[in-house]
Amino acid sequence: MLQVWVIVLASFLYLGVLFGIAWYADHRADHGRSLIANPVVYALSLGVYCTTWTFYGSVGRAAANGIGFLPIYLGPTLLFALAGFILYRMIRVAKANRITSIADFVASRYGKSQLLGGLVTVIAVVGVIPYIALQLKAVSNSFTILSSYPEIVMPASAGAVPLFQDSALYVAMILAAFTILFGTRHLDATERHEGMVAAIAVESIVKLVAFLAVGAFVVWGLHGGVADVFARAAEVPEVARRLTRADTSAAYGSWGTLIFLSLFASLLLPRQFQIAVVENVDVKHLNRAVWMFPLYLFLINLFVLPVALAGLLHFPAGTVDADTFVLTLPMAHQQEGLALFVFIGGLSAATGMVIVETIALSTMVCNDLVMPLLLRMRWLGLAEKADLSGLLLEIRRWAIAIILGLGYLYFRVAGEAYALVSIGLISFAAVAQFAPVVIGGLFWKGGTRDGALAGLAIGFVLWAYTLLLPSFAKSGWLPEGFIAHGLFGIELLRPQHLFGLTGLDEITHCLVWSLLANLGAYIGVSLVRVPNAREARQASLFIGGTDLSGHLAWSGSAGVADLLPLAGRFLGRERAEDAFMRHARSRGLNSVEELPGDARLVNFAENLLAGAIGSASARAMVSSVVSEEPLGLDEVMNILDEASQVRAYSRELEQKSLELTRATAELRQANERLRELDRMKDDFISTVTHELRTPLTSIRAFSEMLHEDPKTDLEQRSKFLGIIVSETVRLSRLINQILDLAKLESGRAEWTVNAVDVDEVIHEAADSLTALFAEKRVTLDLSGLDKGLTVMADRDRLMQVMVNLLSNALKFVPPDSGMVRVGADGSAQEVRVSVTDNGPGIHAADHEVIFDKFRQGSGGTDVLTDKPQGTGLGLPISRQIIEYFNGRLWVESVPGAGACFLFTLPRQAGDNGKKF
Amino acid sequence: MIRTRLVAQRLAFLFLLGCVFFNYPLLSIFNQGGSLFGMPPLYAWLMGSWLVLIALLALVIEGMHD
Amino acid sequence: MAHRILIVDDEPNIVISLEYLLKKEGFEVKVATDGDSALLQAAEFRPDLVLLDVMMPKKSGFEVCESLRADASLADLKIIMLTAKGRDTEITKGLALGANAYITKPFSTKDLVAQIKLLLT
Repeated sequence: MLQVWVIVLASFLYLGVLFGIAWYADHRADHGRSLIANPVVYALSLGVYCTTWTFYGSVGRAAANGIGFLPIYLGPTLLFALAGFILYRMIRVAKANRITSIADFVASRYGKSQLLGGLVTVIAVVGVIPYIALQLKAVSNSFTILSSYPEIVMPASAGAVPLFQDSALYVAMILAAFTILFGTRHLDATERHEGMVAAIAVESIVKLVAFLAVGAFVVWGLHGGVADVFARAAEVPEVARRLTRADTSAAYGSWGTLIFLSLFASLLLPRQFQIAVVENVDVKHLNRAVWMFPLYLFLINLFVLPVALAGLLHFPAGTVDADTFVLTLPMAHQQEGLALFVFIGGLSAATGMVIVETIALSTMVCNDLVMPLLLRMRWLGLAEKADLSGLLLEIRRWAIAIILGLGYLYFRVAGEAYALVSIGLISFAAVAQFAPVVIGGLFWKGGTRDGALAGLAIGFVLWAYTLLLPSFAKSGWLPEGFIAHGLFGIELLRPQHLFGLTGLDEITHCLVWSLLANLGAYIGVSLVRVPNAREARQASLFIGGTDLSGHLAWSGSAGVADLLPLAGRFLGRERAEDAFMRHARSRGLNSVEELPGDARLVNFAENLLAGAIGSASARAMVSSVVSEEPLGLDEVMNILDEASQVRAYSRELEQKSLELTRATAELRQANERLRELDRMKDDFISTVTHELRTPLTSIRAFSEMLHEDPKTDLEQRSKFLGIIVSETVRLSRLINQILDLAKLESGRAEWTVNAVDVDEVIHEAADSLTALFAEKRVTLDLSGLDKGLTVMADRDRLMQVMVNLLSNALKFVPPDSGMVRVGADGSAQEVRVSVTDNGPGIHAADHEVIFDKFRQGSGGTDVLTDKPQGTGLGLPISRQIIEYFNGRLWVESVPGAGACFLFTLPRQAGDNGKKF
Repeated sequence: MIRTRLVAQRLAFLFLLGCVFFNYPLLSIFNQGGSLFGMPPLYAWLMGSWLVLIALLALVIEGMHD
Repeated sequence: MAHRILIVDDEPNIVISLEYLLKKEGFEVKVATDGDSALLQAAEFRPDLVLLDVMMPKKSGFEVCESLRADASLADLKIIMLTAKGRDTEITKGLALGANAYITKPFSTKDLVAQIKLLLT
């Protein structure tokens, strides 16, 4: 007998077994021997997708319109074919960023926005509540039906049952308690629940086996196989209708819409995200799931249509709710055990869904809604509290209770008006609103927080308006006219024919409007501005490409002393210390205290906290410790720009300083040279002054004496005047030579270059000096001159050189015995001229000095025994001239053996432009 | 997981194949009375092609290490 | 008794002019044309005053001045330096080496005689 206590006991026994499995799995996990680190467990746990909707509702759906239940399972199959592109990326990103929920995922992707996380949470909670209501309705109905065995009585309308006699209320309460026990025993930094996953995997097996058992019983127990069921169905026109579908474009359209919708739902429902992404142990497990999960779906749907057809054939139309065929068919054939097993299977489907869904939602509510708000309320002083881990668990427990309470409320309010599947689809449409921001966020870097907010908000509003509110209206909680005549009676605002769009079923209608607006707003608003630094960084983390991560995450720093207590407040001191220790070890350090307070540590702490309180809150908490202003993209770009500019600039600077060093050296050299030149000029001027003043002294002295004593005798007078004249001549010559030298040195001298006969020039020069030689009785020997030597030169200048050399020689040879010999010979290239004297000769040390200006008789040099006559400019001028024609002028001499001045000139003057 | 680009592309191809299998116009061909392997043609087609698709997925995934 | 003056200069024309000028003023004059003979003359002739040219071959006027001042027996000797290089450094150097006066060439004969008389009184 299936008395109530038997059913209740069986239920609690089953739940107890589940709890035991969960406890064991947790225990194993704590000892590092994970029970769920297995691809098959992963694939089975994904079966949480199949709820009482599948278990009871699919048959009801099939009984209503045949194959129409199937798109809900074809969609996930297609999603897993795309796993490599979508799920794989999501898992990797979630693992890297310690994502704890779909709200966290979205918030994190768009710059860790608390507002966005909160909005996603609200949408998820509101959107999923009908779905939870569906589970309550299914469990409570199945319980009611089973408990009235052997009668088959449809449960009364929920609204008609007094609150405390409503089994759904107790189901909700029990499920809440069970979920709280399951999911909030402790707080984990990773927000993973190994025990829960293990239990869910077991539940998947239970519900599959239960359903297959019913299917087998119906097909082979009641009928002669599948073909028999279909054959008998085809015979009844009322039933045969379900074997084909309406062949209209609208029907195909809504078929496709459902596939598309379920594809996203199987990814975006909080519990699917939780199991597929957050609870994933190893991303490799996804491989097996790619085909195993679709296979699971295939198997659980295998007998849906046969069971539905059998139910329709068995029960008179309208007597039994098709949603209960799975249960009522065994009951009708007195299969008590099977019926109880089916009930347990249905309970499995419901508890699996409720546990995972509410845990996922409670995490979101806690991390993305309540904690950010509480932390904002500074008067609560939460930020200063020593240990918040207890508070976090408390919030989650309350969230679970409240969510189930809301589910029950929805069940009481709207549950009666819809079949199970229709309720579920409302939730599907709600979570489909996440598709643009999630999928877009995985592939498009341009999405911004504002775009995500706008898209989600408008999509949510349109969903609520076109799907949720009509569900209230149909249940009588809103005026009927709202659906028939639109808001305020405006026809265009009819919620299920918005803006006059007709011809679509309500789900497709809702999706067309909400997703179009959602996608449009998401993209449109995102394009208003470029992503800021934080968004860009997160985008790069989620999508890849330019890796801005790490470096820019935190520009500030905080020490272990700040971060460890912070983490400890949310995770508990021990867990936090363990985690920090692991981090320290991973960095090759022996203790937590050695950790440097760098950006890496801050990021580690943020990630750790993100596991407990979500990325957005973690960011807020960490930033309360790290005194750092968030960087705007502009600032980041500026920093990057600046950095590259600085690099370029410093390179430039380096080059410049190198140039500068070179220039400085050159300058120093030039300066030294200038100073040297200055000194030389000073010396020169001083020397010139001396040379000019000396004759002037004589001239003035004699002039004054003659002037003051007119009676000077005639002989004296004539002598004095002679001296004055000669000194004046000397003075004039000196001045001429100085000017000449200045001209030569400055390059302003004028040159007339011709072929010059050297022999002729020497003779001419000698002729001009004949008188002087004769006067000193010095012999001039010109016999050593070769004839016909020509050079390209300025004749007058060459003459000047010869005169200089000859008069120079004449100056130093002794009178009477003096002898000056001139020689000239030539080779093909050059002509060589020598002037040899038998004077005192010149010390080797002075062979160059004598070519300096005014050096012939300057004090301190021991060149000559006697003060020589002349200006001391003859030789320098001569050398300048010879060198101008690319020739060379030098002296060969040994003291006491005379001196020989030689110069060479090239036959071809060559580069006459060369100056010195 | 799906490391090789080839496997990812094969899976993407199966996704497209599934889209074709499970939608108009292929569906309309089978959306008629009669029987296929003792089943309504639409049901037989959907369950059959679905199973084939799952088999192909398994083939691609499990064969990717070879 | 006439004061004795030693003229030291290597420019023959200047020597001629100075000799004539100073003899005419009644001084007893001797001439030296280089530094060595100047020192020799100074020891022999024992002049009261030396007119000393700076720029000379072999030994400059500065060296001669230094040597003269080093001889204690010539303590009363007055020295007037003559130079054609009118630079301040040389004037300072000359005075530092013990010259009593410094006259720049070309000089006024009147001024020179006045300077000599001033030093010898």
